[in-house]
Amino acid sequence: MHALRVYARLLVAGVRRQSSYPLATLAGLVANATFGLLKTGILLAAVGSAGGTLAGYDVGTMSAYVWLSQGLLGSVNLWGGSDMMQRIRSGDVAIDFLRPVDVQGAAIATDVGKGLFALLPRGLPSVLIGVLAVGVTMPATPGPYVLGVFSVLVGITVSHALVYLLAVTGFWLVETRGVTVLYMSVSGLFAGLFTPVWLFPDWLRTAAEATPFPSMMMYPIDVLTGRVTGADAVGVVGVQLAWLAGVLLLGHVLTRAGRRTLEVQGG
Amino acid sequence: MADALARLAPYRAVLASRVRSQRSYRANFVLDLVGAVLIGLMEFTEIWVLFHAVDGIGGFTFAQILLVFGIADLTFSLADLVVGHCDSLPTYVRAGTLDVFFLRPQPVLLQLITSDISLRRLARATVGLGALVAGLVINDIAWDARSVALLAIALVCGVVMFASVFVTAAGLQFFLVNGAEMTNAFVYGGRYAATQPASVWPKAVVVVFGFVFPMAFAAYLPVTALLGLPGAPWLPSWLGWCAPLAAAWSVTLALLCWRWGVRHYRGAGG
Amino acid sequence: MIIETTGLTREFRVRDGLRRRTVRAVDDLSLAVEAGESVGYIGANGAGKSTTIKMLVGILVPTAGEVRTCGLRPVRDRRDLARRIGVVFGQRSQLWWDLPVRESFEILATIHGLPAGEARARTAELVELLEMDDFLATPVRQVSLGQRMRAEIAAALLHRPDLLILDEPTIGLDVLSKQRLREFLVAERREHGTTLLLTTHDMGDIERLCDRVLVVDHGRLAYDGTLDGLARTVGAQRVLVVDLATPADDLTGIPDATHVRSEGGGLRQHLAFDAESTTAARVLAAVSESAEVRDLSIEEPEIEDVVRRLYAASR
Repeated sequence: MHALRVYARLLVAGVRRQSSYPLATLAGLVANATFGLLKTGILLAAVGSAGGTLAGYDVGTMSAYVWLSQGLLGSVNLWGGSDMMQRIRSGDVAIDFLRPVDVQGAAIATDVGKGLFALLPRGLPSVLIGVLAVGVTMPATPGPYVLGVFSVLVGITVSHALVYLLAVTGFWLVETRGVTVLYMSVSGLFAGLFTPVWLFPDWLRTAAEATPFPSMMMYPIDVLTGRVTGADAVGVVGVQLAWLAGVLLLGHVLTRAGRRTLEVQGG
Repeated sequence: MADALARLAPYRAVLASRVRSQRSYRANFVLDLVGAVLIGLMEFTEIWVLFHAVDGIGGFTFAQILLVFGIADLTFSLADLVVGHCDSLPTYVRAGTLDVFFLRPQPVLLQLITSDISLRRLARATVGLGALVAGLVINDIAWDARSVALLAIALVCGVVMFASVFVTAAGLQFFLVNGAEMTNAFVYGGRYAATQPASVWPKAVVVVFGFVFPMAFAAYLPVTALLGLPGAPWLPSWLGWCAPLAAAWSVTLALLCWRWGVRHYRGAGG
Repeated sequence: MIIETTGLTREFRVRDGLRRRTVRAVDDLSLAVEAGESVGYIGANGAGKSTTIKMLVGILVPTAGEVRTCGLRPVRDRRDLARRIGVVFGQRSQLWWDLPVRESFEILATIHGLPAGEARARTAELVELLEMDDFLATPVRQVSLGQRMRAEIAAALLHRPDLLILDEPTIGLDVLSKQRLREFLVAERREHGTTLLLTTHDMGDIERLCDRVLVVDHGRLAYDGTLDGLARTVGAQRVLVVDLATPADDLTGIPDATHVRSEGGGLRQHLAFDAESTTAARVLAAVSESAEVRDLSIEEPEIEDVVRRLYAASR
């Protein structure tokens, strides 16, 4: 119970830090909307030249994909850097280990807090712009929304749990730029940022599905837009949860090992 | 001539020091080079995926879009190499580097532009160059003076346009210190737009990236003129020859924004 | 006149919650500094010192009033002015942090267009006087604060400016580094007649370096004269802090000194005295008559305190 309160408090702290820069939020929204319009143009043209449906997407569902992915952009971390990475590099992480909270849990909770907050000023407005300017097709029944919201939450958490993994490599690597660059170069493509993963040729799609990246963005959008429904949708969320559990477990193990490294080297 | 060289000496001294310092962190430098190529390849893959899923988009085949992507990506990377750091003006303001520029006897904008150079972006440029060369080989281009001139104009004007966009961003960031990300809309949004066939753009985008930030002139229009393709509504293919006009406009806009930004910074009013 | 301002005023619009209001950072400031003078420009934090300097060097445009530095208009003639002044902002570096100190000097020499021979000679001179030999090959980011400040000052003096402006040059430095820096500046001025304008929170800087003090308060000039005159005006008191061998009652009966407070049940006592009417030695002698002194220190008046008293006195 106490632990839960601690994480809730950290989550709120993340939200508050985010909300103190209104201009930054507006700026993000403008950039988001611009990219959204450009994505809409090219993807709808692709649907058009495919004769009205492309890999199961029609104009309305493709547009829903575009604007939901733009909306999630401020909440999932596709670029790989984090506060934790900085704290490990600077050695400040030693202080975190002295606090009576789990270092991994605290770091991820704070980032998820920021991510969730970003849904309000960046996520929802992006979707709204899509609805008003382009028009989107969304499910008419409540089911996909209920499961979809949960799926989005899991997706955001998967992304920050993954980024945490990058950060803890800093216990052993002098320079984490390499892993960050590697992450950044594959995350966008495999998460389905610029084109849905379902447009990929078979081999590339299989490769994407073998990674946790679609769980961050592609799967939540599929569930939310009703591209997958019923038992299939539950199955997709199950896959997300499995990835989350795996990534968290690995993070836990690496954190403990990292802490030992820190103690041996004396920080 | 000697006089001009003497006037360039301060900029050369700073730039040479940047090059030395980047090479001295060899491991990071190599990592950055590899990373830049990877990211370039991924961006290329996104386009390839889309054109692989359908036969053509906006009147362009994959072979044809290779040329657009190649020219846009190559010229953007070159501009980024030279002036990309202008895009992080708030960092210069916060660190006080900008105030220091005011204390030196050179124009502030020139000092900013020559204060850094990102060699790792050379690697990024190889992706664009590769796409361009491939595009030139597989497309059926009638090689004559006209097409060579068109290509040369496109490359030069592309670099000038993207460089101007970075400077425009710097000028506006004087007003947007906490919201510098807003300029991403036309800097990186502009780069993305320039790699697309402009024929797919909604009207609002045509206005913004066809004329205000004339990204359609960077690659799409010259390629339509080069390959003899029809242009887009509002953007006929003969406009490909007008890239120098678009570049001149970009430079004008950039200098106006920079002047306006500096006036604001010094508190002289808008 | 190397610096001349008339009615210099600078306003800022600041956000105050949702509303915006106008703050006057510099208010109708008129001052004149002759070539060769050495002037301390002091005031509390936020009194308008940095804003004034930024207007003097051409970074900020005045809201109203006139300013001439080296006979030039700072904003319009910024590039000509840059060749004639050297500026060190305490917190912002003009050096290249990832390069050896020497290389920063080389680049700056090129920036100021110094002929190679002259640049070499001047660098050698500064390296010797500021004792920079030890860290000349060290990247700037690895040198100590004291070393960096010496390098910054050398960088500002490389092109032999007529006017040197230093913003908090000794902040954060240890006693020895401060001392060295002050000695260098005195020598530099004697040698080249460089005009010096400095802002500081350290009375010691003013005492050793400046023959004239300007006090600015709320953007207005509150005092212009010598340091002695300032001390007379505000009666700034020094404080003798004594540690006694055994706890004693408050030492109240010392002539020309007033008991400020006691700590540790009377083990440490603070006595304020006026430098005009007595000396530390005399106060100490009087204290020794009634208690055994184990240790002592003398606290100089704080600049904030001087400004506060000045403000109170003018009302």
